[in-house]
Formats: sequence, C-alpha cells, structure tokens
Amino acid sequence: MRSAIDTGAAFPHFAGKMKAPFASNLYAIPQALPLDSGQALEAAQVAYETYGNLAADKSNAILICHALTGDQYVASEHPITGKPGWWERMVGPRKPIDTDRYFVICANVIGSCMGSTGPASISPDGQPFAMRFPVITIRDMVRGLVALLDGLGIERLHAVVGGSMGGMQALSLAANWPERAARVLVIASTARHSAQNIAFHEVGRQAIMADPAWADGDYYASDARPDNGLAVARMAAHITYLSEEGLTEKFGRRLQDRDAKSFGFDADFQVESYLRYQGSGFTQRFDANSYLYITRAMDYFDLAEEHGGKLADAFADSRARFCLVSFDTDWLYPTAESRHIVHALNATGAKVSFVELSAPHGHDSFLLEHEQLDRVVKGFVE
Amino acid sequence: MTSRPSTLRPDLAAIAAHVAPGSRVLDIGCGDGALMAELESASRCDARGMELDGALVERCVARGLSVVQGDANVDLADYPDKAFDFAVLSQTLQTATRPDAMLDELLRVADKAFVSFPNFAHWRTRAALMFGGRMPVTRALPVSWYETQNIHHVTVEDFRDLARAKGAKIERSWFFANERAISPLGANWRAEFAVFELSR
Repeated sequence: MRSAIDTGAAFPHFAGKMKAPFASNLYAIPQALPLDSGQALEAAQVAYETYGNLAADKSNAILICHALTGDQYVASEHPITGKPGWWERMVGPRKPIDTDRYFVICANVIGSCMGSTGPASISPDGQPFAMRFPVITIRDMVRGLVALLDGLGIERLHAVVGGSMGGMQALSLAANWPERAARVLVIASTARHSAQNIAFHEVGRQAIMADPAWADGDYYASDARPDNGLAVARMAAHITYLSEEGLTEKFGRRLQDRDAKSFGFDADFQVESYLRYQGSGFTQRFDANSYLYITRAMDYFDLAEEHGGKLADAFADSRARFCLVSFDTDWLYPTAESRHIVHALNATGAKVSFVELSAPHGHDSFLLEHEQLDRVVKGFVE
Repeated sequence: MTSRPSTLRPDLAAIAAHVAPGSRVLDIGCGDGALMAELESASRCDARGMELDGALVERCVARGLSVVQGDANVDLADYPDKAFDFAVLSQTLQTATRPDAMLDELLRVADKAFVSFPNFAHWRTRAALMFGGRMPVTRALPVSWYETQNIHHVTVEDFRDLARAKGAKIERSWFFANERAISPLGANWRAEFAVFELSR
C-alpha cells in the first residue's frame, strides 16, 4: 500500500514549503495504542519505508530505528529537502545492510512529523493535537513499531538496528519484546538520559517555548511558526553532536566572507554561520512541537528504571545477540554509557560484542563515513 | 574433535583440543578470534571474547564473534561467578597488572582456566641474560624491555608456585619449543611456552 499524504491538511505548517507532497507507506494501527502515561492513542498511524524484498518465511527483516530528528527515509531521497537518505551509505544494495538480501523497514516514530501520528496530526475533534498530544516515551514509540511489525506479519526480526535515539528504541525492543529480534545493534547510544543530556534538551525546549510564535503550541493555523525558537534549539543540540576537535578542524576561528571582525552581531565566524544555517534548515523540515515531545521521551528514558532499577533485569529474558558501538569523541553518549549496557548484558550471560571506534566527529560519527563501522555492522548483521 | 589440520598457534591448538564440546568459554585477550572461531565451528562451543585492541575487536565482530573491547585487569569484574565452563588466558598473564588477582578472577568466572605464557626460564632467555648481560630479546620474547607489554615475566616454576599459593589445582600442562609440543621433562629449561589447565 503506497498512499500520498495530503500534507497540506495533516501538516498545515508545512503547507507551501514543500517541494512536493511526500508519499510513504501508511499503517493504521487497528487498536488503541496504550501509552506509558496511562493514556492511549486512538487511530494512530505509522508512516514507513521499506527496501528490498521480504522472504517467503519473513525471516530476513531488519528494522532500522531513527534518531531524534530522523525519519523513515533511511535510504531514499527526503521528500522535503531532496537530500539522500540519512544512512544511505549504510543501507542499500551491496551496502553493509544489504537490501539485496534483507528486507529493511524504517518507520517514522509516533510523536514525529513525517507521516506518523504526532502533535501536528489532526485529532478526533478535527483540530491538530498540538499540546493535547499525550506525552510519549521511547517504549511508546517502540509500541508503535511493534504494531507495524504485527501488521506486516513479522514475528521475529533478523535484526533491529539504531543509532542515538534509534539505539534506545532497539534496546527498548530487546528488553520489552525479547522474542521480536534475533540481533540488536546499538550505536552511539545509552540506556538512560544523563542530567547533562536532559539539560541540553531543556535548553532546546525553552528556546521553542520562549518564541512568541509558539503560542502554547497552538500555531498550526497561524502564519507565524516558532521557527526562531526551533532553530536555536537545533543550534544548541547540533553542538552536542560534534566534537570540539571536529569543530576546530572544520571552522577554527575563521571568519565568514569577511576579512575582519564586524564589531557587531552578524555571523562573523564561520561556525556561527554554519550553526545558523543548520538551525534555519531544520525548521523547513521539522515541527517544533514534535521536537518538544521527542526530546521529552528521550529525557524520560531510563531502561533500568522500567525494570526495577537494575539494568541487567531488563535483558533477563533476552536470547538475542547484541552489539554495541561507541565513538571515542562522542561526549553526548560517551563510551562509558555503552560499557554500562555491556556490563548489564554480561551479567545476564547475553551474547554481546562491544567496540569503541575512533572517529574525530563526535556523536555524529555514526552517520558519517567510517569503514570500521561498516565492517562491524556488516559482520554483525550477517 | 576436528580432523582438519589446525592453523592455530600450538598453545591455542592444545587448548582447543581440550575444551569439552558445547562448553561456555571466555577467551580473554582473544586477539583476532582464531581460537574462538575454532571452538565455535569445531566444538560447537558458546565462545565469548575480551580484547583490549579495538582493531582486533572489530575484526572479531566482523567475523561474527561475540567480543567485548575491554581491559581484563578491570572488566572481568563484570562477569558473574561461574558464568563459563572455561576461561582462556593466552599469553596475556605476563601483561597483567596483578597476575595473581587475574588468576583469582579466571577461577571465579569459570570452573576451569587455561593459562598460556612464554617461559622466562627457557635456556635461550637464561643464556641471553647470563652471557649478554641484557634483558633478553628472543623468538619467544621479541620486544625490547622498554616497549614490551610483558611487565610480569614468569617461569614455569613461578607459575606452579603461584597456582599452589592460590589453592588452584593444576589439572594438566603442555609445553612447547620450536612450535612443537615437548615432554614435561626439564620444562623450566626447555619450554619456550607453557599451557596450564587449572581448577579450584
């Protein structure tokens, strides 16, 4: 089933900004989706893309979980930006996750804004949910993904793979639906959000909510959108995705299109110009309320807490093989967080691999060219 | 046991030949995973590895082995008691911060342990020290004193003493020189490498 979404109606804030209406597969979850908050999401839908062919026995499916601002377009052109898929160097024919062999599924998480039900979606009363959308958790996102797998008739994934927030979903799936995946690959992620992680997210949320155009989240019918706040949120977050070394190497103290400082507040430095570009570009493709909801879900994530305070207990029923990968310059989810997970998996006797890879680019390294990562991913999923 | 010719290093081949099929094995300092691969394919073992060098870990994971990048001096503490049937420590004991503590850890996480190490009392080492008056650089110990990872040189007799002091029982032992197994007679003079199987 491939259906075009009327983005103008479902996503009024995108109206007029899009290159073309975007199409994705849509799965309508037949039953109400129960949420950790105690609420339930009625008539939720999940937008997803697939690549490759599902084997007759449905044994070759790999679920890829996306990060905070990612989406289902893992290996195909993004319908708004026109850019290649966010992990196209990893997923495709003869790539490390080989779509000639595997049926790859990537779905937009609930709470997001690329076709799955989120705060910009129309609620049963005909108006966008906005802040009436229930607060969701990582486990709720995975409930949506599991519902999709049920809909596709896939009982057991060959592998679930995710980086950053995608890794949290992979861990949550392994802990809460231990029979659903034979392999669990978690890259540059964590089993809990630290105080520092929460702190950076709170800066982003406050930037959005301080923008007058945010209007308590009720901006979908308005011409003004909280783009300034969302851009600042993205700028702050973007710094956490990079390493100091990487920023220094890329920008240093070089000036932007000028020979001398302006003694003003223009973007004198290249790094300022870069961040502004990242911030404003982001507002073209992302909904501010989705940013609030998804960062909240990440902040609430503490896999041990869900399982009586002991992380090892989260994996007590798992028979999956695990692989964890961290990057030495990632200070957002540093190696110690992966080791913490490895420790818990060792304690349960799970089959686990772990490697810290060297890369200059900080947290974002998992999305960038890295031959060692390619070999680890390919070797592990095969 | 496998009938195909083994390409394993002689000490690893001796270990591989004496791990019971289907065992749970932890290979500490597993390198490129050669022993683990042999144990998994030939003996249907459930093998796990620990290796400090990230490049080697990557090679292990790429060949489908379960290997954790870690430092045996501290990360063995992660594993519960008797999580394994066998622990393997091949040519790593002499690099440990505290070989005595590591021996305790091996026999805590596993019922039995295989430990292999270069014998510092091999006649060639003795001769180099006696006549050369310098720290030996030999086939078995090819790296100069200032850059070697071997910080706790050990002899066959030293190891027997340590096992005794630790209350560990020596189940079996194997000795090697010139890449071949030799008799245990005069092993402390004649063996370049030794392998001990311990229990407690």
